Amino acid sequence: MSRVLLLQGNQAVVEGAIAAGVRFYGGYPITPSTEIAEGMAKRLPQVGGKFMQTEDELAGIGTVVGASLGGVKAMTATSGPGFSLKQETIGMACSAEIPCVIVDVQRVGPATGQPTSPSQGDVMQTRWGTHGDHWLIVVSPSSVPECFDLTRRAVELSEKYRCPVILLMDEIVGHMRERIELPDSYEGLSVPRRKQPDTPPEKYLAYADTDGSMVPAMADFGSGYRWHMTGLVHDETGFPKGTPAATKNSQDRLHLKLRDHEDDIVQVENYRTDDADVVVIAYGGAARTAYDAVDMARDEGIRAGLLRPVTIWPFADRQIQAAAKKTKRLLVHELNCGQYVREVGRAVRGLVPVDLYAKYDNEPATPEQLLGKIRESAEKIKGAK
Amino acid sequence: MKSMEELVDFYFRPNRLPHLWCPGCGNGVVLGALLKAIDAENLAKDDVAIISGIGCSSRASGYVDFNTANTLHGRALPISTGLKMARPELNVITLSGDGDCSAIGGNHLIHAARRNIGLTLVVFNNSIYGMTGGQYSPLTPVGKKATTAPYLTIEPSFDILALAQAAGATFTARATTYHVPVLVDVLRKGIRHEGFSIIEVVTGCPTNYGRQNQMGAPAKMMEWQKDHGVMKAAWDKMDEAAREGKFPIGVLSERKDLKEYTKAYDEVIARAQASVKEETA
Repeated sequence: MSRVLLLQGNQAVVEGAIAAGVRFYGGYPITPSTEIAEGMAKRLPQVGGKFMQTEDELAGIGTVVGASLGGVKAMTATSGPGFSLKQETIGMACSAEIPCVIVDVQRVGPATGQPTSPSQGDVMQTRWGTHGDHWLIVVSPSSVPECFDLTRRAVELSEKYRCPVILLMDEIVGHMRERIELPDSYEGLSVPRRKQPDTPPEKYLAYADTDGSMVPAMADFGSGYRWHMTGLVHDETGFPKGTPAATKNSQDRLHLKLRDHEDDIVQVENYRTDDADVVVIAYGGAARTAYDAVDMARDEGIRAGLLRPVTIWPFADRQIQAAAKKTKRLLVHELNCGQYVREVGRAVRGLVPVDLYAKYDNEPATPEQLLGKIRESAEKIKGAK
Repeated sequence: MKSMEELVDFYFRPNRLPHLWCPGCGNGVVLGALLKAIDAENLAKDDVAIISGIGCSSRASGYVDFNTANTLHGRALPISTGLKMARPELNVITLSGDGDCSAIGGNHLIHAARRNIGLTLVVFNNSIYGMTGGQYSPLTPVGKKATTAPYLTIEPSFDILALAQAAGATFTARATTYHVPVLVDVLRKGIRHEGFSIIEVVTGCPTNYGRQNQMGAPAKMMEWQKDHGVMKAAWDKMDEAAREGKFPIGVLSERKDLKEYTKAYDEVIARAQASVKEETA
């Protein structure tokens, strides 16, 4: 049995988290993500979970890491200014491999920016926000039902790969209300927990790759497996070790555990791209405009399509290269001065020209505006002939 | 009671020694006292978590055989808080230094105290940032030398226990590395206390504080602790003039009128679940 609801994206995130089995939330109110905190405050104790409004953003992510050490699926949500504050702890979660989900509902920045206006200016920050070499996973929904699904997916990936996963939203998706069909019961929707050790406690090495997956088993604090977590470079024992070999081995495994599983992690959606001459690349809220603009372009005879990265990081190199081989021109549309477009350019390596429609004036593009840019790209193809 | 050698054999992780502390450092005395307290309270290793921040004293977590984490500068308390929420049955002991706890982590200190969450916070107060080589902290007294105060400190220092009391801490105590039996006693009481407890331990950093301030050899610094720490009962009978430059040790405050945070949260869960039942009834 299911129920049909009219929900905000932020509310759908709450339901997705509850369904996935998240039972701890620590966070600080910030527009435009606050509805996630409010929803978790109401819903978590109903299912026996715990919500904390922390003293600041640092404590928000800190309590989440602490709860995760105790074996509880944990999440926080914020927006740009708070996301900046959380970066150091996100880096520790990368290094110490602590599963956690961080929602960033983007607003216009830098600084206080425009709290209630949409932007996608944090897309590079999600990749490189914390200091040092690191890998993590970022996924971005563009509809309310997808907020539910991708929140579950974010929890699943963080538990499976023992890394922070960032659910990258924007003000459009966070505050938009849309039809969503939710099951009456979330039974069976909880995602698997992190892998548990199959060795006895005295043989347990907290960071040993015991099954070739490069993801070590993680025992809960208090479960009888005593281990040491540190943000210092460590070897498979978990204790600090700063030799060149230990440093390189640790970096290699942290990178490869995600890079070698890209087939499982990276997802894109292709919409009318099969025969497209112009492929729009857009993610999150900006992709909403693109579906309509592509349809309108088709109606007037322009073969347009949309490639929507659902996984933002790791970057969908192969999928975007494949699209570039089949099409004549790419058009990246994003709500910033042009960030993701640089990665697209890097990935296609000059195979096809890459155009940019950058919108950064507090308002999303209309389908008509994007259609105009599709027309321009199509004209350039004609001109090149 | 186990001898110190037996405590080391039983509680220290094999192959983690030697520790990185300087000769004459008081951190080992504090850690030894903590192990004595844990042992005297008969806590099983599996039931203890030791969470530390960053600094010399925070390295202690890596040496001992419990559920341990050496986290980030200033963030030991939030991480301890999240763990306690996930596992209220664990004895969560947070280790922090004066800089870690009162400067970069100061906000977390007052809010952990205000919530009365059942953590035992041990503050190693050596009056200096030792690991970075001797910069002044919010607990460095006025008129002292530090590498970042070559012309003497001018900032008044916190009384960290008064700060914690004002923020709502329900158990506050102080000891020194000279007064080890007092230290063990207040650590035991702090661990037993249901709500938030803070134990300030006055400890010496001969390398990076003592040397800059001509405090003499490590033993001399401990003599200073002996001469300046006064048991609470005696302190209470002293007049202002006699108290000058000295500080009270022992349990300084204890109250039992406030509910421990995770217990209070259980009531939130009960109310939330009752409201769901009402809605569906």
